[in-house]
Amino acid sequence: MSIRTVRKGRLATGAFAVGAVLALAACGSGDPLAPEDSGSETGGGSASGPIVVGSQAYYSNEIIAEIYAQALEADGFEVERQFQIGQRDVYMAAMEDGSVQLIPEYSGNLLQFYDAETEARSTEDVASALPDALPESLAVLDPADAQDADSYNVTAAFSEENGITSLADLAGYDGTITVGGNAELESRPYGPPGLSEFYGVEVEFLAIGDSGGPLTKDAIRDGTITMGDIYTADPDLATGDFVTLEDPESMILAQNVTPVVATDLAEEVTPTLDAVNALLTTEALIALNASSVNDEQDSATIATAWLTDNGLL
Amino acid sequence: MNLFQDALAWLTDPERSAGPNPLVDRIGEHLWYTLLALVVSALIAIPLGYLIGHTGRGRQLAVLGSGAARALPSLGLLTIFTLLVGVGNAQVAAIAVFVILGVPSILAGAYAGVEAVDRTVVDAARAMGMTETQILFRVEAPLGLPLLLGGLRSAALQIIATAVLAAYVGLGGLGIYIQRGISLRTYDEMLGGAILIVLLALAVDALFAIGERVARRAIGSGPTRSRPRPDRPEPLTTDQQSTLEEIR
Amino acid sequence: MNWVAANLDLIVELTLTHARLSLLPILIGFVIAVPLGAFAWRFRWARGLTLTVVGLLYTIPSLALFVLLPPIIGISFLSELNVTIALSIYAVALMTRSATEALESVDPDVRGAAAAMGYSGWGRFWAVDLPLAGPVLLAGLRVVSVSTVSLVTVGVLVGSRNLGYLFLNGLQRGIVAEIATGIVMTVVIAVVFDLLLALAGRLVMPWTRGADGGRTRRAARRIALTEGPA
Repeated sequence: MSIRTVRKGRLATGAFAVGAVLALAACGSGDPLAPEDSGSETGGGSASGPIVVGSQAYYSNEIIAEIYAQALEADGFEVERQFQIGQRDVYMAAMEDGSVQLIPEYSGNLLQFYDAETEARSTEDVASALPDALPESLAVLDPADAQDADSYNVTAAFSEENGITSLADLAGYDGTITVGGNAELESRPYGPPGLSEFYGVEVEFLAIGDSGGPLTKDAIRDGTITMGDIYTADPDLATGDFVTLEDPESMILAQNVTPVVATDLAEEVTPTLDAVNALLTTEALIALNASSVNDEQDSATIATAWLTDNGLL
Repeated sequence: MNLFQDALAWLTDPERSAGPNPLVDRIGEHLWYTLLALVVSALIAIPLGYLIGHTGRGRQLAVLGSGAARALPSLGLLTIFTLLVGVGNAQVAAIAVFVILGVPSILAGAYAGVEAVDRTVVDAARAMGMTETQILFRVEAPLGLPLLLGGLRSAALQIIATAVLAAYVGLGGLGIYIQRGISLRTYDEMLGGAILIVLLALAVDALFAIGERVARRAIGSGPTRSRPRPDRPEPLTTDQQSTLEEIR
Repeated sequence: MNWVAANLDLIVELTLTHARLSLLPILIGFVIAVPLGAFAWRFRWARGLTLTVVGLLYTIPSLALFVLLPPIIGISFLSELNVTIALSIYAVALMTRSATEALESVDPDVRGAAAAMGYSGWGRFWAVDLPLAGPVLLAGLRVVSVSTVSLVTVGVLVGSRNLGYLFLNGLQRGIVAEIATGIVMTVVIAVVFDLLLALAGRLVMPWTRGADGGRTRRAARRIALTEGPA
């Protein structure tokens, strides 16, 4: 049975080769079975483990999260990054269960997420309403000046032709109005339901999943949609291609960049994040976004450059 | 299962026909993309498959090509194509992605069908004075129909499952419920959408199964009862049987 | 190409993570599917049921599974386990059919000859059936490998960090080079895995290099052509 012996030997060699290859490929990083939610047992996080910093699945939010992360690291905190965690409903669940302990948020949308009926509209009102609206395990720090709000944009040509510069003007428009934005916008208070409630405008909705990116802008330009949801800190809004419709009824709340943090961590990280937020203006945010979109830099590089320029690193 | 009850409640909610995002529209979009992609894939893959099956050349190339097609991530292709052609032509981009997905299975079905035809039958046709074209279209293609349908069936199922991604580039379809569900964390919507897609897949699957059965009956059980090929002494019966099951 | 030069670290990091994420489902799929396929092959009554169930699993869109799995099995939405388990399920669904097919491709005459030589039951399975089914099993595994590497990218839609990140991020920022890099690196991983599997196959099954029955080769080719990710 020599053939079988040979075969067994080969089998062993082969198995070894496969094993070696797999081991090599597995070197990428740590234990593949280790769950990412390392913070879950500590509830709201603690001083001992690393602080898990999260971000939305939005490039600009990731830049802010990266700035927070690097600033914390510079102040001696251990940080773990868990970026690009979908939209609010997903990452706030992760904040509530403790698997993420810090995330940059936009104050108004966050408030409406917990209190859809809120009357607060201004930066100050929203900021003062937030602590009560949030679950006890979560706290907000002082907001930055920087705002990045949802906004409805039409082409300059459309605005001129129809004399539409404000959401209130839409009621007098005869044609069908199609709104484009991320899928979740369809049910947000500042989405089609809000347009109907605040301005009496009934719209069709088209879901485009690029968070007001190039597809949404293309769709506005080529008429696939009448108006699109683009965030106000988008550098492309300065090009003059679009007219951002005014919101006289304040359907859309003030959206100041605001850190949400696990309550038991709040005190520790406040000095670091306050220092960052004090310098984060809307102009600064637009410039950060432009570095990403136009200069194609990654968020870590952009964050380091900004922190260095501002003397925080 | 509470989740499944929620999903059923979501599916049967009158909002599904009256409210925004009516089910019928989204199902219609989903089926339309699937059908369109399937037709385009078939127009590309069937002639190519027949050529490979009839001449017996290029099989390795076909295997290599399908491997390559499979390695291409659909989400990446969809985003890059849409970015390149613009959202106004997103449908073209999406169909291109689905065609890349569908071609390999149909190609395999077409060529396996032709290849599986008993060589003695082909030789007999040739002896009767049939031209190569006549042999292909009057003998090989009809006898290979069940296997071709199997390939189409497999392609259709893959396209239905992948058409979920169309929602990301503004094309709607049933993926919209899953996308919204993920963003809003509404499991009833997500699961409802997923159930619909699975049901759609099952319905299409059943349709093709019936088609295959009819085709097989029409050609008198065709290639499954062939005699051994002179150049390959081993019995082919179980092999071909499994070809039929495999390609489904 | 500005982007590639500025982001080499990110590309390397995501590629390694992606490879690591792909590996476990491929292994788990193989380890579970081979016994399952053998079971379906050995017991005719189980065959229909097993193959129908794995066929059904396969019609669930991957995206739906990523989202439905966490609440069903009680893990965190963001857990890496989520993507691993979901892709393992697909790998099993794909591989079980291939495994059954592989064992079926073994020539009944050879099995008969083995029986005549005194092999029976498990002895015959390990010494005759499994090695002879090897080439077709390998073909199936290679399909699972390529499909898994490609499907991992969908995980980015539920927050899994892998090469799919470059698709969404590149889309938001309108950087074509970023998306293209994601696609190219996914294909590179798939090709490397495939070559390694082919190499491992040659080492483990040296007899497949020479003349082999058209039967297994055709079965292998069929699998390589027709199976695919959903």
